[in-house]
Amino acid sequence: MKHSSPIALSVFVVIYLVFLYAPIFLLPIFAFNDSAVIAFPLSGFTLHWFKELWGEDVLFRAATNSLIIAVSTAVLSTCFGVLTARAMARHQFIGKKPIFGLIMAPLFLPEIIIGVSMLIVLLQLGLALSLWTVIIGHTLIATPFSVSILATAFNNMDRSLEEASLDLGETRIGTFRRVILPLVAPGLISSLLIGFIISLDEFVIAFFLTGTDPTLPVYIWSLLRFPSKLPIVMALGFLLLVLSLILLSLFEAARRRSERLTGG
Amino acid sequence: MADFWEKTRDSFAGWRLIGLPFGFGFLLLLTPLLLMVLLSFWTQDYLDLRRDFTLANYREVFTHPVFFTLIKRSLAIALVVTLVTVLLAFPVAYFISFYGGKRKTLLLFLITIPFWTSYLLRIFLWKIILGYNGVINSGLSSLNLIDAPLSFILYNSNAVVLALSHAWAPFAILPIFVSLEKIDRSLLEAGRDLGDSAYRSFFFITLPLAMPGIIAATLIVFIPTIGDYVTPKLVGGTEGLMVANMIQVQFAKANNAPLGASLALVSLCIVMLIALIFLFLNRKYLGRRV
Repeated sequence: MKHSSPIALSVFVVIYLVFLYAPIFLLPIFAFNDSAVIAFPLSGFTLHWFKELWGEDVLFRAATNSLIIAVSTAVLSTCFGVLTARAMARHQFIGKKPIFGLIMAPLFLPEIIIGVSMLIVLLQLGLALSLWTVIIGHTLIATPFSVSILATAFNNMDRSLEEASLDLGETRIGTFRRVILPLVAPGLISSLLIGFIISLDEFVIAFFLTGTDPTLPVYIWSLLRFPSKLPIVMALGFLLLVLSLILLSLFEAARRRSERLTGG
Repeated sequence: MADFWEKTRDSFAGWRLIGLPFGFGFLLLLTPLLLMVLLSFWTQDYLDLRRDFTLANYREVFTHPVFFTLIKRSLAIALVVTLVTVLLAFPVAYFISFYGGKRKTLLLFLITIPFWTSYLLRIFLWKIILGYNGVINSGLSSLNLIDAPLSFILYNSNAVVLALSHAWAPFAILPIFVSLEKIDRSLLEAGRDLGDSAYRSFFFITLPLAMPGIIAATLIVFIPTIGDYVTPKLVGGTEGLMVANMIQVQFAKANNAPLGASLALVSLCIVMLIALIFLFLNRKYLGRRV
């Protein structure tokens, strides 16, 4: 079926893309604009805001916190995802449906509900807010995504490969390491990546559950209140965009390479 | 007997695997939620919690005009945002799936690029576009089309709808795209061969088969919107504030956690109710196809 696209539809898609790119287009404009006020007309090119960004000590602490939280979240949610996906794919047990429902529930809960309910418990128990409380909150919301990704990986796996390995005398651990793990590896990587991204950009839960140590979004939020800091925020946003695009391209290149090596 | 043992062993193996994630969810999600329910029936007495069972918080939520207005507004904004996002996303997903050709991956990538920076900043940038000295106002005044900056475009619920419809775009496009990709194109060809008009084949084949994707997109957009805190706070002004902002105020400045808990629970119930309606619709559509 070969179609030339209808003109009205093509025009709509172009306008929609302009709408999608409109805000992001402003990031580089104001990141390099030589004025402390974020407004038109523009006044000239500068790298001043990037220099000032470099001097923000809190930024580095916030970025480190965010990285620690994002890596922990990615690892935890992927572990939970593997356990859940494997149990769901291979075993029949009592309470299967409600247990699965509870693990997937955060998908259907607004983040503020999770943040608030955890805050209540922590305050009642008199526990201090720390990076750990944020990691717990983020793991709760990232796990359902890991489960969905890994469920596909485990369901698509040919069971007989595993049985063959066990029949041929490989131990359970050896089978897991040499047969199952390589087969679900793409799913594992996607799961780690999605957990990492969800955590890195999450604001509301972090806002409720951070103590004195801010995460990157909480830090950005605090900057947004000061008009004088806005050009720095623009510079930071631009850097984040460029950084994630570079990472994404590297990931895509690696994926294509492994596809070529394994013959697709 | 052997069968029974086999089943029991399977059950244990299943529990051993799922025990850890279940325990995590039970302790850190279900227990906090139940405690929130409990708290919503208590009252705050200055610095102390009064632990007598009372419906006072709920009475306040439903009778106090401020809370009721906020809940109504959040619901209305969430419904409008969902409608706008899905309506705008569908043609885009349709275009990529049916006319994307070899460039499908590239087009999908193009759609996600604007979302690879901080969510907070994406919302904040709308403030720069819509603001007093923003892109639209300075553009229009440099063209001499307006004398004074337009003030009705920022700090109201329209701004919230615009910013959120933008923020959720890829989350609506992707599921709809996936469901469109699954449609067997020979069904459309068969319909055409048998004399279907373009109109008929769209409304009687494409649209019904894309329904699971549309319903998924609807849920994905609706649920986070009704509890959104950031967007109303940044671009909503006072008349665009939503229930999440009030919940936060109750926990922070107002220091009335029980009232905040009951507000959160009422919004949660609304979300659940609407999610259930959509899931029911989805099941109905899926059921008819099998």
